[in-house]
Amino acid sequence: MIDIIFYVLSALTIISATMVIVSKHPIRSILFLVLTFFLISAHYVLLNAQFLALVNIVVYAGAIMVLFLFVVMFLNLNEEVEKVRHYFPWFAAVISGGSLMLIITSALDKSVLLSPYPVKDYSIGLVENLGSVLYREYLLPMELSAVLFFIAMAGVMLLSRKEKVD
Amino acid sequence: MSIVVFKIIYISVIFGLSLFIAMYSTYAERKVAAFLQDRIGPNRAGPFGLLQPLADGLKLFFKEEFIPAKSDKMLFLMGPGFFMITALMTSAVIPFGSEITMDGVSYSLQGTDLNVGLLYIFGVVSLGVYGILIGGWASNNKFSLLGAIRAASQNISYELAMGLSIIALVMLSSSLSIKTIVDQQSGWHWNVFYQPLGFIIFLICAFAETNRAPFDLPECETELVGGFHTEFSSMKLGFYLFAEYINMFISSAILATLYFGGYHFPFVSDMDSSWLRTLLEAVVIFGKIFFFIFLFMWIRWTLPRFRFDQLMNLGWKVLIPLAVVNILLTGLFILLK
Repeated sequence: MIDIIFYVLSALTIISATMVIVSKHPIRSILFLVLTFFLISAHYVLLNAQFLALVNIVVYAGAIMVLFLFVVMFLNLNEEVEKVRHYFPWFAAVISGGSLMLIITSALDKSVLLSPYPVKDYSIGLVENLGSVLYREYLLPMELSAVLFFIAMAGVMLLSRKEKVD
Repeated sequence: MSIVVFKIIYISVIFGLSLFIAMYSTYAERKVAAFLQDRIGPNRAGPFGLLQPLADGLKLFFKEEFIPAKSDKMLFLMGPGFFMITALMTSAVIPFGSEITMDGVSYSLQGTDLNVGLLYIFGVVSLGVYGILIGGWASNNKFSLLGAIRAASQNISYELAMGLSIIALVMLSSSLSIKTIVDQQSGWHWNVFYQPLGFIIFLICAFAETNRAPFDLPECETELVGGFHTEFSSMKLGFYLFAEYINMFISSAILATLYFGGYHFPFVSDMDSSWLRTLLEAVVIFGKIFFFIFLFMWIRWTLPRFRFDQLMNLGWKVLIPLAVVNILLTGLFILLK
């Protein structure tokens, strides 16, 4: 049963993720990306990681994607304006995509395929366990990442601050 | 009766009830407005105008279906539907009573007791803005777009303060399950007495999240015609207006469950579990919910609308720092206890 759900979900996830890059319309791309986040959350639920699933929805689907939509709406990309084609981005895309494929295939070659869910302890995703692991074993990385976020935020504020005109 | 059958019946009842309460909230709103402005209010349709919501609904159904020529049709149709779905989804984790016993089997009166129920509510609330954004953008109208963008920025800003005020509550109850939070408040141990500041912040944010006055800038008539639903007609407009009232009902339910003890009331909690007790519990929680719905209306017809910069200042410079102070105070309180 779980296997069937997993495969259906994975297929849907891959389809909607493909739609993100295939659809010509930026707003629709974003909406498909939101759908993809939902499907990934569904995968987390399958792994009994409810906390992670909901945080994924709150943070990514609920906040970050809304900001994305915001920006795209302001850009007003209604018509698909095809400008003069430059070949440099094409080359860059082909080279970087190709090297990514190389890395992934070589990594897959070395890896051992496991069953969809190699998780033994399903209670690890619950809030209590996650919290105690995060704040006991990984306290330092956790706090350091908070500092990193803080610095990024301060940088944005500095950049977007309007110059005072006398 | 199997648990699945019970849940299906229960969810249908809650679904119908949400719609019914939202329907009569429109009537109540007009009556409250009339009372506050020394008028009579709707009194033509049926006794005391009680059939007015039905007449309004019927009118909306018969209005012309209109889709702007240059709009994105798919998204234009999706917007109201999405807004309605997110409005109706939240009630799944709110307990409207402890349990019913039938043939020796007890069924809990809650859609589902997620152990991250509080986060679920928060997640659904944060999705509510998509309906507005999609609808406003797809209309291909400047005013709609401005309204939608106002709604989005308002929701994002106030979600932060709301989340921070909930963190203090979670620290106190050390659980994210709504059922546990409610059961900790039996008798007079209502969270509002332990978290007065958190409650006020949450209340203000609830007003902003439901786009109610004094924070109803997304549909500010004087500046934006009708806001994000300017171009909508017929039942699509009806969905937007209706979902707003459902949101109000749900927000009131959340306020009642998180801060006012949910279905607990001092004398009711002491009773033996029986049909009567369950009934009284339902009466108690709906009494609390109706009080909050009334509060929403009372404030709408009392306070004038904020200006947009005032709204943003209130959110970022007053509520968020206050919520952080509240977290620190709660932490101190827990340490010293």
